[in-house]
Amino acid sequence: MGKLISGAEIVFKVLEHHKVDHIFGYPGGAVLPIYDELKNHKTIKHILVRHEQGAGHAAEGYARSSGKPGVMLVTSGPGATNAVTALTDAYMDSIPIVCISGQVPTHLIGTDAFQECDTTGITRPCTKHNWLVKDINDLAKIMDLAFEVATTGRPGPVLVDIPKDIQFKKTNFVLKNSNKKKLNGKSSSNGKITTNNLDKVISLMKKSSKPIFYTGGGVINSGPEASNLLRELISLTGFPITSTLQGLGAYPGDDPSFLGMLGMHGTYEANNAMYSCDLMVNIGARFDDRITGKVDEFSPNSKKIHIDIDPSSIGKNIKVDLAIVSDVGSFLKALNKRIKEKHKDFLNSNKHNISKWWKDIDKWRQKKSLSFKNSKEVIKPQYAVQRLYELSKNKDTFITTEVGQHQMWAAQHYKFNKPNRWMTSGGLGTMGYGLPAAVGVQIAHPDKLVIDIAGEASVLMTMQEMSTAVQYKLPIKIFILNNQYMGMVRQWQELLHEKNYSESYTAALPDFVKLAEAYGCVGIKASKPDELDEKINQMININEPVIFDCRVDPSENCYPMIPSGKPHNQMLLGPEDEKEEVSDEGKTLV
Amino acid sequence: MTKSKSAYSEPGKLGKSEHHIIVVWVDNEAGVLARVVGLFSGRGYNIESLAVAEVDKKKHISRITIVTSGTPSVIEQIKLQLKKLIPVHKVADFKRNDPNILFKELALFKVVSSKKNREKAQKLCKKYNAFVLDKSKNSFVIQVTALRRDIDKLIEILSPLGLVSTSRTGAVAMTRGSETFK
Repeated sequence: MGKLISGAEIVFKVLEHHKVDHIFGYPGGAVLPIYDELKNHKTIKHILVRHEQGAGHAAEGYARSSGKPGVMLVTSGPGATNAVTALTDAYMDSIPIVCISGQVPTHLIGTDAFQECDTTGITRPCTKHNWLVKDINDLAKIMDLAFEVATTGRPGPVLVDIPKDIQFKKTNFVLKNSNKKKLNGKSSSNGKITTNNLDKVISLMKKSSKPIFYTGGGVINSGPEASNLLRELISLTGFPITSTLQGLGAYPGDDPSFLGMLGMHGTYEANNAMYSCDLMVNIGARFDDRITGKVDEFSPNSKKIHIDIDPSSIGKNIKVDLAIVSDVGSFLKALNKRIKEKHKDFLNSNKHNISKWWKDIDKWRQKKSLSFKNSKEVIKPQYAVQRLYELSKNKDTFITTEVGQHQMWAAQHYKFNKPNRWMTSGGLGTMGYGLPAAVGVQIAHPDKLVIDIAGEASVLMTMQEMSTAVQYKLPIKIFILNNQYMGMVRQWQELLHEKNYSESYTAALPDFVKLAEAYGCVGIKASKPDELDEKINQMININEPVIFDCRVDPSENCYPMIPSGKPHNQMLLGPEDEKEEVSDEGKTLV
Repeated sequence: MTKSKSAYSEPGKLGKSEHHIIVVWVDNEAGVLARVVGLFSGRGYNIESLAVAEVDKKKHISRITIVTSGTPSVIEQIKLQLKKLIPVHKVADFKRNDPNILFKELALFKVVSSKKNREKAQKLCKKYNAFVLDKSKNSFVIQVTALRRDIDKLIEILSPLGLVSTSRTGAVAMTRGSETFK
C-alpha cells in the first residue's frame, strides 16, 4: 500500500504526468481544494483570468500555437457555464482542451445546491467526451483518459467534473496504461493508408489537367511536420494550392503556387480554380458551408479526393470520389514517398498537362481581387493590415483575431509562412476570441511578438483580460481596426437589408487610449494613413501590453465575396460589382 | 428571383427518405443514453422508437435499437457520428424492409367493453402472438408482439372496440440465420 493522496493531488499528478506547465483558471467554492493543492506543484503555473470564457480562449491560443493541449480550471455553476462558449469554439475548430470543473459535493448533486448546475449535461454536445467523477478511485484513470481523448484522432475539448468531496477524499494513486482498449478503438490516429489508395490518388493526379489542392486546419493539427510534407508535395507536383481560413500558414502565403484563401471572402483565383478544376484534393478540410457556398453548384466538374482523420467529415456536405481516413501527416508522408519512388519524373512529365490551367489561374489573378481603393485622408482597414504585415513580417509573429470584417482582412492581407502562427475562431465565429487567445499564445511563446487583429465591437466582449495580460506582464498587442460598427453585420445590412443598419452601430465607445491607461498598459491611437507606420513601429517596440486604436474608414466593405446562394464563379469583387463587371481602373493594389 | 437575405446558402436537393433500424452497442455507463439521444436531437435526426437494455451483465454492454428515417446521407452521418462517441462499441444499420432482419415490437392493450366487443378484439389480436395477461368482469389486458405497422393497425381497429390504454416498446431487431453482426 502506497501513501494515500487526495483527489486534488491526483489531479496535479496527472497534469504533471502529461507535462502540463500552465493552466488557465478562476477559483471558486467548488474547486478550492484543487487551488489549495496548487502551491505544492511548482512546475505548473496557474494563470488567473478575469472570466472563465477568457480561460478557455487562452487555453485555445496556447494549444493552437504550441501543439500541446490547453488546460483550464473552473468552478461549478457559473464557472462551468461561462466556459461553454470556449468549449464549443474548441469543439468546432478541433482544438485539444482539457477543462477541469469543480462540482458541488456528491451528496448535494441534484438538490439545486448553491452554484450547482448539470455541467456534464450542459457540455455534452460541446465536448468530445465528458465525465462526472463519482468515485475517487476512478479519478486518476479518468483524468488520464481525458488527455487521451482530447489529443488523439480529431482533437477537441473534454471536461472532467469533480465534486468537492472527491477532491478531498484520499486513495492510492495508480496510473494504469489501458487507454487504447478503454476508448473502444477510437484513440488510434491512423487509418490504413494502402498503396492501392495511394496509387489511385496518383493516377487521378496524373489524369488531371486542372488539379487543385484544398487544404485545411487538419494540416496544422497534424503537427509542423505535416506542413513541411505539404510543401514537399507541392514541389513534387507543381499543382496550385488554396487553403481554408484555419489552414493558413501550412503553406507559405507568399509562394506563387498559393492562390490565397478560398471561400466566401476568398480570392477570385482560388474560388474560380475550385469551381473549374477537374480534380480537387481536400487535405484536412471539411467542406464547411463558408467554403462550398451553394452545395449543388460546388465544383461541378471535378473528381474529389478527401483525406480526413474524422470519418464523419467525409461525405457529410459533399460527396467525394475517393475517401481516405487518415492523419494528414501520415498520409502526406506516404504519398510523397510513393511519388518519389515510383513517379520520379512527375513534375516534369506533368508540366505540359497543367500549363493551360496555370494560364487560366494567372488570368484570374490579374483581377487582383484583394485590391482596394486606398485613401490619403482615412485609413483603409486593408491598408492597416498590410502595413502591420510589412512591419512585423521579419519577426516570427503570432496573429490572433476576433470575428468579423477585420478577421477576413487579416486572413486576406497578412501572409503566413509557418503553421501555428494564426489563431482565429472559424467554426463558431466567437467575437471576443482574439484577446484571451493572445494571452494564451504569449504564455506559450513569451519572447515572440503576439498581435490580436481586432474589431472594436468584438474586443469589448472580453476586454477584461487586458488585466490578465498586465498582471503577467504579457506584451500582447491589441490592434483594433475601429470602424465603430459591427462591420460584418453592417456590411450584410448594406448589401441585403436595404441599408437598415439595425443596432449595428456602437454609440458611446470607450476611449481606447484611456482604457489602456486604466488597465495599466499603453494606449496608441492612429487616425491618418501617414502616421500609421510610425505608430505601428512604436507599438511593436514597446515591451508591454498595448491597445492600438486604429481609426479606419467606417464604410469599407470586405471584398471579394460570394453572395449567398451563389456558386464560386459568381463573386462580387467590389462595390461596383453590384451593377457590372468590375474594372481594374481606379483601383490600386497597395 | 427574389434576392436571398441570408448569410447561409439555400438548401440543396434532398434525397429520398427511408426507414432504418440502427443498433448501437454501448458501455452501460451514466449518461450514455443521453449522449446517443442528444446526438439525434442536436443534429436534427428523427427517432421513431427506441429500445434499450443491458445485454451483457459482465461487460456492462447495453444494446440500443433506434428506428429512424432519413435520406441516405443522413443515415450515413448518423452511423458515423454514433461511432465517434467514446462509449459506443459498434453500430449496425438495417433497412426496415431487409428480409434478413427480424423486427419485433411488443404492445399491451387494455380493452374495456361489452363481452361481445372484447371477444371480437381478442380475435383480432390472435395472429400476433397474443396473450391475455389480465381479465376482469368488463376488461382485459392483452399482450401482442408484432411489426410496428401491425400494431399501428391494431390500435386503429381496437379503438371502437373499447381500447382505453396502449403501452408499447420500441422495436428490437436481430439478424436471421447463424451470423451475428461484428
